[in-house]
Parts: sequence; structure tokens; C-alpha cells
Amino acid sequence: MNAHLQPTGSAYFLTKETQDIERHTLSVLVDNEPGILARVVGLFSARGYNIESLTVSETEHGRRLSRITVVVIATPKTLTQIKLQLERLIPVHKVHDLTAEGASLERELALIKVAGSGDSRAETLRLADAFRAQIVDATVESFVFEVTGKPAKIDSFIALMQPLGLVEVVRTGLAAISRGPQGM
Amino acid sequence: MAEKMTGAEMVIQALIDQGVEHVFGYPGGAALPIYDAMFQQDTVQHILVRHEQGATHMAEGYARSTGKPGVVLVTSGPGATNAVTGLTDALMDSIPLVCITAQVPTTLIGSDAFQECDTVGITRSCTKYNYLVKRIEDLPRIMHEAFLIATTGRPGPVVVDIPKDVQFALGDYYKPDFDTLRHQSYRPQMDGDAAAIEAAVDLMLKAERPIFYTGGGVINAGPAASEHLRELAELTGFPVTSTLMGLGAFPASNSQWMGMLGMHGTYEANLAMHDCDVMINIGARFDDRITGRIDAFSPNSAKIHVDIDPSSINKVVNVDIPIIGDCARVLSEMVRVWRSKTNQSRSEALAPWWKQIETWRAVNSLGYKNSETIIKPQYAIERLYQATKKQAKEVYITTEVGQHQMWAAQHFHFDQPNRWMTSGGLGTMGYGLPAAVGVQVAHPEALVIDIAGEASVQMTMQEMSTAVQYRLPVKIFILNNERMGMVRQWQDLLHGSRYAHSYSESLPDFVKLAEAYGGKGIRCSNPAELDATIAEMLDYDGPVLFDCMVEKDENCLPMIPSGKPHNEIILPDTANIGDIIDEKGRQLV
Ligand SMILES: Cc1ncc(C[n+]2csc(CCOP(=O)(O)OP(=O)(O)O)c2C)c(N)n1
Ligand SMILES: [Mg+2]
Repeated sequence: MNAHLQPTGSAYFLTKETQDIERHTLSVLVDNEPGILARVVGLFSARGYNIESLTVSETEHGRRLSRITVVVIATPKTLTQIKLQLERLIPVHKVHDLTAEGASLERELALIKVAGSGDSRAETLRLADAFRAQIVDATVESFVFEVTGKPAKIDSFIALMQPLGLVEVVRTGLAAISRGPQGM
Repeated sequence: MAEKMTGAEMVIQALIDQGVEHVFGYPGGAALPIYDAMFQQDTVQHILVRHEQGATHMAEGYARSTGKPGVVLVTSGPGATNAVTGLTDALMDSIPLVCITAQVPTTLIGSDAFQECDTVGITRSCTKYNYLVKRIEDLPRIMHEAFLIATTGRPGPVVVDIPKDVQFALGDYYKPDFDTLRHQSYRPQMDGDAAAIEAAVDLMLKAERPIFYTGGGVINAGPAASEHLRELAELTGFPVTSTLMGLGAFPASNSQWMGMLGMHGTYEANLAMHDCDVMINIGARFDDRITGRIDAFSPNSAKIHVDIDPSSINKVVNVDIPIIGDCARVLSEMVRVWRSKTNQSRSEALAPWWKQIETWRAVNSLGYKNSETIIKPQYAIERLYQATKKQAKEVYITTEVGQHQMWAAQHFHFDQPNRWMTSGGLGTMGYGLPAAVGVQVAHPEALVIDIAGEASVQMTMQEMSTAVQYRLPVKIFILNNERMGMVRQWQDLLHGSRYAHSYSESLPDFVKLAEAYGGKGIRCSNPAELDATIAEMLDYDGPVLFDCMVEKDENCLPMIPSGKPHNEIILPDTANIGDIIDEKGRQLV
């Protein structure tokens, strides 16, 4: 949909989409087969949809199923298209819009390297404790923390580490699941 | 019931078990084991093409004219890349193809081996689905699955990429067995929702200005869909228009037929679409050539949309009643529900609408000024149509892309589905000649004509050689305006008549060219001789290139320019089309 609305796109789509954009988390159940990630990512780039984050891993080894969690930013109309286009891919079993379906849990994991000495080390440790960050590696001049939580929590921890000697960060991207007894 | 055989033999056996009679292909190093297996049997006939693009269009013509999947076999690397245009064409027009591409041995994949290319990577976005077969154990299942996926739901092309070592490997072959085929994640919805169909019929029963807007989906759903459409149209008394892809589903000779709609559709079809109160879209997808300016598209109608592909619903135009399902099934349900609700004709309620339609029809938007000295392209198609009507044979028409394609859609008339093969979605010049060859392979006794332009036909001209080799008597009727007429028309419309590279220089002598290929060449430039030369073409039992020299600067009208709503259509008597489009419209495609 976005592709259609770009000025260089097909000429007829002069109308601007006026609806506001929203951020949604989609959970996509797929066959874990070669090329599946390329299919999903290729769909997004070919149709001009924006991906904010994407995580994928096999979740049911026996049935060779993977769960992709993808965060997209789009208008409601485009969101519907994204869901339908994903469902159209042959190896896709189900697509759930967790945001639209109500309460869901969202978690992310980050590994964060901070270097420093003296007073700043104490301050770093105090903050890490407040955020329940685990120390997974330590040297006399550095720490690597493991933090899990909502992306916003990780954002704030990273922001706090910035002046204290933040070296680098890796994040897994979002994993999300619906609340309650029902599965996908 | 497994049987031991090599991968190459499995490919052939699977084709046989899938009922395949013809394969269009071209050999090469990586495909040799399959070719060797092909050589040792007579059930599947292989048609040797001259370019792999030709093979894909032949398979498309074959598929579109029979309802069966078209099968292509090509080698790795350049064989596969040459097939890409036809695969994309088939994806855009929802044509069932199975394209087997050979691949370098698995041990060499990724090493930039000779004639290696990332076929599944390249074709991922131009196929409905594709496979790289890495293990012989997977081959039988994948072959059968490929046919299932290509032919069911919204049809499309499927690529099966088979490395050479897998072709040589021994394994167990199984016949198609639906239980082992992929069905967990692929289950197209065939039956429309009963409540939605009921609501649609209720809306139709109250309609005062209704229209059926039908598309290629009706053709894809098989002949039954066309039957049900005719029945529903008769019951309801509603007018029927169709997209380029849907021509023939409803008979052009029927009084409820409005002609094609869209950019070069009739005045009555487009105005009826604009002014209707209930639009029933059956198997069409609100393509931009149909809708024109989206925010001015049929502003006051309630819209019903029947489509087998859920992603077509609300993609471009928001509809009031979506019905996901197979056109044939939904149409037959609509007929049943309509009958259950009324047995009264609604002709009285619809009378004012038909009166309005008659005034639009009176405009005669397909009219043109004929000439006694120059053959008008529209006239040529009219005479061709009249001549073919007198033939006892079944008539199949293919086209290239350009003005001639639109004139063919406007002036050749179809009363049956599967008789009209054209490249709609992708608009591929070079489609028509090989497509005609494919149609003729499927229907050896039929009269198959490619209505061509002199520019398009040169893109796949070499398939004349295929036609000659297999004694396929296709007729290539070239409307030769020595222009890329459609491009020239847009340059008149949008670019101050600056004809940048839109003329056909150094054209070959098509008569001599035909003879060089071993076919027959005919040239005609005199309207008085047209009928006789067309008769000569139809009487000749072999491939013919007919060089019909036509008016060079004729415009294809009516036309709704890009960015204009349906009711701002340009009609034939417009003096200067260059004054119509404003600056904003010039940016449009
Ligand atoms: C492969 C390809 N390249 C370019 C185009 C753009 N194009 C559309 S129509 C056309 C001119 C076709 O000329 P001709 O075949 O002589 O047909 P005419 O319009 O003159 O009837 C061109 C270049 C296309 N549709 N397909
Ligand atoms: Mg031309």
C-alpha cells in the first residue's frame, strides 16, 4: 500500500492516505524451511511496508514450525493488507495481530557492554541492579549486562549507561505472545 | 507403492501422472538428465522453443486456452533468467504454470559455478511459490505439490529448481496423494460465505442502476463460472462489462453486454461504472487501468466484490460486501439465492437505467473515420473478425501489447471463454506470437491468430521457427503502423508530440522474413484488397506473417487519461489530444 502512495508509484494513486499510522506486533506461524525469512522480508520490501523489528526462531521442532514476531508501522488499511499478503505466502500458517487482539506480552533481551573505572563503576552497578540486569561478563574495566524486558525498559537502561561508558549494544528484537490460555 | 527411479525419471513420471501432454522447453548442461529421460518415452511431447521466454508464453497460451497448467522446462543460469519475464507475466495474470529449472549440482551451489544463478532467489517475487529440491526424497512430493499450488486457489506460476545430482540420484517415487501434499498452510477458500452471498443478493434485488464488472477470475474458475454468469445476468437483467482479462466470459453478442471497461473501454461501460448504485465485481481486482482516479471511482455505489484471493479485498477500493471464494461456486449460489427470493423480472425497475445506457451507447465510442485509401487498424480487425466468423473452426486470438491489442479487445468479439489470450497485468510485448504457438499446440485443428504490432512481434519473432518445425499453422496478423503506436499516442498526449524513439526504423521485410522461416508472407496496404488477402491467409495451411500496412497516426480511443475519472473520457472525435492533460497528469503512468 505504501508503495502505491509514493510519488513515483503507479500514477493512479494520487490520493494520500489520511489515516494515522500505528505500531502493531504481528505473530506469524510459518514452516521452518529454507528461504522463508527471505520470502517474508521480500514481501515487505516489494510492497513498501516498513519493518520496525523482526525476530525469528524455530518453536516447534517436531513440526518444523517457526514463529516470526514482526513489528510494523502502518495505517490500519495497510496493516490489513500486510496481514492478508503474509497469509497468502504458501508456507505461512497463521498471522495474528497481537496488538489488535488485545493484551499481549512483549519482551526483548539486550546485551550491553559498559567500560569504566572508579566511581562510575559503582554507579553503573547500582543502576544495573535497579533494572535487574545480570552481569554476564566482568573485567576490571568493563561489564557486559544482560537485560530483559519491554523495549522501553531496555531503551531507558541504555540511555542511563550512555554517560557511564556505554561501548556497544545488541538486542534480540521483540518476542511477543498473547495473554490467557489460548494459543495461536 | 514406491517405485525406484532416478530424479530425472521422477520428473517425467510426475508429469505423466499429472496428466501433462506437452512441455515447452530448451535444453542445456544442467538439464540433460531430464532431457535424456524425456527422450526415452512418448507420453509427454516436448516442444523445442527458440528462447526460454517463448516457452513461458507458449505455456501461458496453452494454459489460458485449456484451463490446464502449462509446463516449462529450462536449463540453469541463462535458461532460468530468460524465463523470468513469462513467470512474472503469469503471476500478474494468474496463469497456472509449472516451470522446471535445472540447477548446478548441490555440491557446486554457491560457488559461482558455470551457469549457476540463484534461481529461487531471482524467481521468489515472480512466482506464486518456488522450490529448490536438495534431496531426492523430496522430489516426488514437490513435483505434485507444484501442480496443486499452480492450479488451485488463485492460480499462478510455480518454479521447481532441480540440481543435476538430484536428477541423477536414485530414490522412491510416489504417485500424487493428496494426504501427503502440503495442505496445512495452503487451503484456498472455495465457498463464499452464505450470509455475505445473501446480503449481496438482497442488495442486488434493490438495485436501480446495477452493473456486473467481471474479470479474469471468471475465466480462471472454469467454463462453469461463465455459464453461471450468463444465468445470473439473464435472471437479473443487469448490464455486464468486463476487464481485458475477462473477455469472452459473457457473450459479446448478448444485448446486456456493454463492451470492455477501463482506460480504453467503451463510453457506456465506463459511465455506467461511474454512475451505478450497485457494482458487482466478480473476479476482477480494481486494477488502475480500470479505476482511473481512485477518489473519483464510482463515487455513489455500494460495492460487492467476489474474489478467491482475500488480499484483493479492500486493497485498492473499499467494498461493502466482500465474498471470498471461487467465482463459479459463488455465482451458482447467487443464482440459487436470487431464485429463492423472487421469480419476478425486474425489467420495469431497471428501465430508466437501460434508457440511460442507450443514450451512452448512441455516442458510438468505438466509431472511427474509415478511409478508402488507407487501411484503418480498426477496420482491419473488423474485417478479420468477420472473416473468422465464417470459418467452421474454433477461433482463438492472442495479442501483443500496444494499440493493436486495445483495438483487438474493442473490435474483435468473443462469445466464449478461453478464446482470448493477452498480457494484461504485465503488458509484455512479445507475448502474442509464442502464446499463439502454445494455443495451437493445445488445439491443433483451431484457427489461432496473433493480432500483433510490428514492434512487439520482433521481440519473440524467432518462435516462427518453432511454429514451422511443429507444423503449427498460426497466423500472425501485424497491424504495421511503423510506430510504437501506443508510445507515440502518449507522446502526443503528454509530451508535445516529441517522438523520442517511438518509431520503427529499419523494419524487416516481413514477407521475406516469413519466407526465410519457411512460412508464408502476405502484405496488404489497400483497403480494397483486405478481404481477399485475409481469405488467403486463412486458407493457407501453415504459419503466416501478414503485414497489414495501416494508418500510421491513428489514436486508440476512447481513452480515460491517467488521473482522470471515468466521466472525463476522451471520445473519438477529439481534434487534438495534446491539449487535454494538465501538468500533474503528465507524471502518471
Ligand atoms: C517488453 C516491453 N517493453 C516496452 C513496453 C512499452 N510499450 C508498450 S506499447 C509499446 C509499443 C508497441 O508497439 P507495437 O507493437 O508496434 O504496437 P502498436 O502500439 O503500434 O499497435 C511499448 C514500447 C512494453 N509494453 N513491453
Ligand atoms: Mg506499431
